[in-house]
Amino acid sequence: MLSKDLVIIGGGPAGLCAAINAANAGVSSLIIDRNPMLGGQLIKQTHMFFGSEKQYAKTRGIDIAKRLIKEVEENPLIEVWKNSTVVGLYSDKVITVLKEEEYLKIQTKAIVVATGASEKSLAFENNDLPGIYGAGAVQTLMNVYGVKPGNKILMVGSGNIGLIVSYQLMQAGVKVLGVIEAAGNIGGFKVHASKLRRCGVPIYTNTTIKRAIGKDKVEQVETVKLNDKWEMIAGSEEIFDVDALCIAVGLTPMTSLLSMIECDMKYVSELGGLVPVLSGDNETSIPGIFACGDASSVEEASSAIVEGKLVGLVASKYLGGIHPDYEKLKQEYLADLDNLRSGPFGEKIRVGYQKLGGPNHA
Amino acid sequence: MNKLRIKEHPILDFSEDRKRINFTFNNQSVYGFEGDTIAAALHALGITKLSESASLKRARGFYCAIGNCASCNMIVDGIPNVRTCITILKEGMKVESQLNKGELNVK
Repeated sequence: MLSKDLVIIGGGPAGLCAAINAANAGVSSLIIDRNPMLGGQLIKQTHMFFGSEKQYAKTRGIDIAKRLIKEVEENPLIEVWKNSTVVGLYSDKVITVLKEEEYLKIQTKAIVVATGASEKSLAFENNDLPGIYGAGAVQTLMNVYGVKPGNKILMVGSGNIGLIVSYQLMQAGVKVLGVIEAAGNIGGFKVHASKLRRCGVPIYTNTTIKRAIGKDKVEQVETVKLNDKWEMIAGSEEIFDVDALCIAVGLTPMTSLLSMIECDMKYVSELGGLVPVLSGDNETSIPGIFACGDASSVEEASSAIVEGKLVGLVASKYLGGIHPDYEKLKQEYLADLDNLRSGPFGEKIRVGYQKLGGPNHA
Repeated sequence: MNKLRIKEHPILDFSEDRKRINFTFNNQSVYGFEGDTIAAALHALGITKLSESASLKRARGFYCAIGNCASCNMIVDGIPNVRTCITILKEGMKVESQLNKGELNVK
């Protein structure tokens, strides 16, 4: 069995920032990521971020990823395993990993779970046809690998992801036939919706998908209007000819590893689903096992960055590595998180943390 | 072939000449480019049906493209249940549709 002090599962914004801050406190760490490259979902975000300068506002996600990855790769205290999947997590802080073709066991002293989130799906007839992709998959395909998902696409969901990905599809040269939204209002920021409308993309509210049509691939999509009781209105069906359909109906925390240990978990829909109950230091109910980023609540990348920094700091302290500016930085990160979760768009997250209970920092 | 490749983009640059990687899909010779995942290379060729579901034999393509959902599983060089959306293409790979739950040939 191998032995490591701090293992960080997931090399997205939260995991990378946790490793960087642990190194700042003099603690060495190992980042394990199943993907061929680090950066998580940042590597496909071609749009500029909102928020404050500290969380890289006005910078494109792809450029934030480059900066964080460079910092991690140049730091001698940080080891990185890519193409490696953590397959088991145990309460005594043992993890098992499939590294390329090798199966390894590691005894750790502290663990950070920064596994991110997974795409939700929708129930409708033929929702398993090829050509029906999650919004994250569409972004990966076109922004990482330079391949269009299709030539004519319909977007389901008008949250920020649905709106932003629709615009990115147009930048890639894909015709976006429209965005459909089951609710009565557009879910995302007005600035994104207006941009789409100026480009001539219609947004249909009170509309959902009834079924997909096609043999071995989606060829058509049938939509239907909903009344104020969310019932389908007969006769309001419409058919769209498509070669791809994009589903942007939200994300859910990837907690499958946390579910393998006896840490307290709770279902909180505002935070994306099943989430770990955390202390104010993002520690789970098992001392020395921490969670941050979308794995503990689905929020913006900027929150994942700050949570990662916080966890890097507190996990190091748990291991005896105290950052010289520990208290000052910790208060700064907690204030940043409060700030990111303030205002009308942070309300859902604030309600979620209230429901989660425990001494959370929201 | 490779009609779905993005050539011009206002932010990203895909103009770089990448090395061609030859592989087979269900015994047919095809190619992708260095750095592609298997699923991305197949999609660029217009191949969206990767495998079939085990019991109802429904067409299967990828859904999440980040290694979560297992919808992209295929047989690669004889190994079943390979997540082709996060597996980088290599020269000479033998990629096949998977029609069952997968059989492991233990040596």
